[in-house]
Amino acid sequence: MNPATFAYHRAASVDEAIALLARFPDDGKLLAGGHSLLPAMKLRLAEPGNLIDIAAIPGLRGIRRTGATIEIGALTTHHDLERDAVLLASCPVLAETAAKVGDVQVRNRGTIGGALAHADPSADYPAAILALEAEMVVQGPNGVRVIPAAEFFVDLFTTSLTPDEVLIAIRVPAATPHVGSRYQKLANQASGYAIVGVAAIVELAADGTCAAVNIGVTGAAAKPFRAAAVEAALRGARLDAAAVKGAVAHATDGVDLLADLHATTDYRARMVAGLASRAILAAAERAGA
Amino acid sequence: MKISINVNGVARGADVEPRTLLVHFLRDGLGLTGTHIGCETSQCGICTVLLDGVAVKSCTLLAAQVDGGSVTTIEGLAPQGMLHPIQQAFWEEHGVQCGYCTPAMVLSTKALLEENAQPTVDEIRHALEGNICRCTGYHNIVKSVQAAADKMAAGAQPELMERR
Repeated sequence: MNPATFAYHRAASVDEAIALLARFPDDGKLLAGGHSLLPAMKLRLAEPGNLIDIAAIPGLRGIRRTGATIEIGALTTHHDLERDAVLLASCPVLAETAAKVGDVQVRNRGTIGGALAHADPSADYPAAILALEAEMVVQGPNGVRVIPAAEFFVDLFTTSLTPDEVLIAIRVPAATPHVGSRYQKLANQASGYAIVGVAAIVELAADGTCAAVNIGVTGAAAKPFRAAAVEAALRGARLDAAAVKGAVAHATDGVDLLADLHATTDYRARMVAGLASRAILAAAERAGA
Repeated sequence: MKISINVNGVARGADVEPRTLLVHFLRDGLGLTGTHIGCETSQCGICTVLLDGVAVKSCTLLAAQVDGGSVTTIEGLAPQGMLHPIQQAFWEEHGVQCGYCTPAMVLSTKALLEENAQPTVDEIRHALEGNICRCTGYHNIVKSVQAAADKMAAGAQPELMERR
């Protein structure tokens, strides 16, 4: 099972990658870890004529904290995220999500930037990325710009990156005191992809009520989304099982859910509610409830 | 395109099509058929090799991406005619049924033991999640990994393979 023929280019810098994208506007495609793109190419679902390998660009792999912000280089592997001491201490939901991507070998090669730019509707990261209100740092011919997570995911396999831009980093806020988080996933047993995945981040007020809760959902629809009705219903509430159960019943209100071989829309709706409930209660417990 | 990959300690130069997958480069280009092909969709893990010491699926890598890197295949684990302690452990604990997944299981075990010399049963099962055994011989595979960890901790060296 071979990909169709293509020309291979190895970019030594982000500028060179951008120049190559400009040179091949019709059939240039960036290659990072290759664990989404190469399988698609082998199935001939993608046939780019020019592959631009960015894996060797220095400076795009690694995680560092500056003040209240953690910046993750786009080429950082899932394995790196899963084990990173900064993330485990200050943004555990992202490390927890990374640990649930694929399997060991996939996590050794696949990158967070590649996964996000690919925008697979069943990918794991988007749930946490939306809940964290992360920022995507992208570079194009006119310099660097920042795309808020809420504006990044556009549709099935579609982001707001323009064809001549490269995602270079992801910025997430470091957790503050009284904040807890959790990612819950129903995995497809064959592929490991999320049939449904829910990330919850809970901040508790001094009196133990919910000061704020952010809920990101992946796998359920063509693009990931925030369960805004649940967030609004729980703000100010005491997060006991009954209150959470009542709120999550509305998690997918107004959302056009996917139906496929693995799950019907009704099943997905129930899974979103169930996983959201577990994620919220676990996050609240971690926040010190 | 011209590439150079260190395979089992030897620099191997070649002129390949960019679309050549690492697994085909190893099997068809170098004749190293110990690396097997299974699902070809990055799921079964049969094609696992070590790239710069890390377990990867060679069906989901272009040989071009590995240019300049170092690959270890099952053939490179011990000198010809000898068994690495991990291979010895798989033999002794009967961690092999049909044998098709075995080279990959052994290499994933090597990567695991380098990171975690004394893994628990849970850690072993987690570390082998990307390797499927369709004989479902997982129980003895886990026992083999435990035995391999003990052998390695005791400083075992490759041994001459005895034909029994």
